[in-house]
Amino acid sequence: MVERRGIGDIVPHLVLWLGIAVVAFPVYLAFVASTQEAYLIANGQMSLLPGGKFLDNYYRTIFIGTSSSTREPVGTMLFNSFVMAMAISLGKIAISIISAYAIVYFRFPFRMAVFWLIFITLMLPVEVRIYPTYKIAADLSLLDSFAGLTLPLIASATATLLFRQFFMTVPDELLEASRIDGAGPIRFFKDTLLPLSRTNMAALFVILFIYGWNQYLWPLLITTRDNMQTIVIGIRKMITTSDALTEWPLVMATAMLAMLPPVAVVILMQKLFVRGLVETEK
Amino acid sequence: MQKQSFFQSPLLPFLLIAPQVTIVLVFFYWPAIQAVWQSFLLQDAFGLSTTFVGFENYVHLLHEPGYFDAIVRTFAFSAMIALLSLSIALLLAVMADKPMRAGGIYRTLLIWPYAVAPAVAGVLWIFMLHPSLGVLARGLRALGIDWNPLLNGDHAAILVIAAATWKQISYNFLFFLAGLQSIPRSIIEAAAIDGAGPTRRFWTVVFPLLSPTVFFLIVVNIVYAFFDTFGIIDATTGGGPSKATETLVYKVYLDGLLGGNLGSSAAQSVILMVIVIALTAIQFRYVERKVTY
Repeated sequence: MVERRGIGDIVPHLVLWLGIAVVAFPVYLAFVASTQEAYLIANGQMSLLPGGKFLDNYYRTIFIGTSSSTREPVGTMLFNSFVMAMAISLGKIAISIISAYAIVYFRFPFRMAVFWLIFITLMLPVEVRIYPTYKIAADLSLLDSFAGLTLPLIASATATLLFRQFFMTVPDELLEASRIDGAGPIRFFKDTLLPLSRTNMAALFVILFIYGWNQYLWPLLITTRDNMQTIVIGIRKMITTSDALTEWPLVMATAMLAMLPPVAVVILMQKLFVRGLVETEK
Repeated sequence: MQKQSFFQSPLLPFLLIAPQVTIVLVFFYWPAIQAVWQSFLLQDAFGLSTTFVGFENYVHLLHEPGYFDAIVRTFAFSAMIALLSLSIALLLAVMADKPMRAGGIYRTLLIWPYAVAPAVAGVLWIFMLHPSLGVLARGLRALGIDWNPLLNGDHAAILVIAAATWKQISYNFLFFLAGLQSIPRSIIEAAAIDGAGPTRRFWTVVFPLLSPTVFFLIVVNIVYAFFDTFGIIDATTGGGPSKATETLVYKVYLDGLLGGNLGSSAAQSVILMVIVIALTAIQFRYVERKVTY
């Protein structure tokens, strides 16, 4: 602090707590709603304090599901989202690290062409090629499958660039040394580069897990069967029915469950999260 | 760009790049080429025959008043979301930057909305602002405002912008905080010794030094508002009422899915592609500038 101004020192704390309260309010409200009776909410008489239906509502949400629209229990959706997020994040890391390894540590024809081929995909998000991509997935009979949910999303220019950048900073001496020890390219990768990349992989995993868990447009196109729905898609289908039929406590319980894993990842792995976020945006 | 020592192998590098290159070609380039090609084709009403029509789809599109409205709307949404989330985040970051013991806790409590899916953010906000049961809607009605985002287009737009802003504050806050903390204390102290008060110091010293971060965040926020609002819109308004929240991305989706108008949808995709390329180019020029700083 450059100068002390007595009472003025409290202002930042007040502003920050106000900001935190405003940001947290929608989630608090969702939690409160998820513990109340459906009819109270439907009548617009919702209390601002938690009700007594916590266990009941969450049990019904996870194991039974809503009685209208999508009847799938949210437990299934959580499982689908988890599998999708894990497959996307681990898949992206795996295929990106090996392609970055090839681009940095080998000389082969079309090396730069391959690099640009991967790089330019940054400019081709799903949104600009919705229907043709859907059609290819359909032709390959990938609809309603985990392969269809994940495969088209696991290419990653960002991850490849990040690993390439990191490999460039690894001293050449390491390669010389392991070569003297008689290591070939695969052993060098496994015993030297992978251990060195651990922090980068972890930081990337945090970001990509959130990315995968929150996918919306692609799962919306590729899944038609209720039991293949992810939780982010499922929750939207719970409220499109007419107002009277929407079971708001269960919708809000689903919202809480949909937020919990990615938010927990951010809070528990905050250091890695910040690092991943800053590095992937470079 | 290239290591001085490297491996030589005829087959291994191709095996290593094969998975990524295959996925990129099958699911990125092939569909993108198809989108460009389809944008020059016209399909008859029954999908039985297609004819090459050149730029006709584009001409139709640009003459369609709805499309022009969607462009204006998308840019207006982007500007609002970027302006609101950047100003709120900057205020919070400046407050959190003052050396204080609880700084870490503030960061933890402000960054988590980043992890909330856009569609879920939309659900949270429609629940608060729902005309018949929303808690905030009740408050607005008590103030005499006839609040109804399901019927009133402006109200629906406010709903979408509020949810998108709420989610984006955390991201901007994190980058602003990092930017502020990288400014040397000595510069600020020097300004203080010269007699500049806190407000003057902020606008003449801190903010100019923060401008690369601001510029970077503006681009990122525009991209975010273009693409990530899809989930919010689909979960809350479905583009309505009467197209009041139909952005460019949402229109591509609707026209292709419901309208079955593949040629027009493809032409819209190509236009979006051009916008993305332009934004990415701007972003990378900025990165280059930062390197030469």
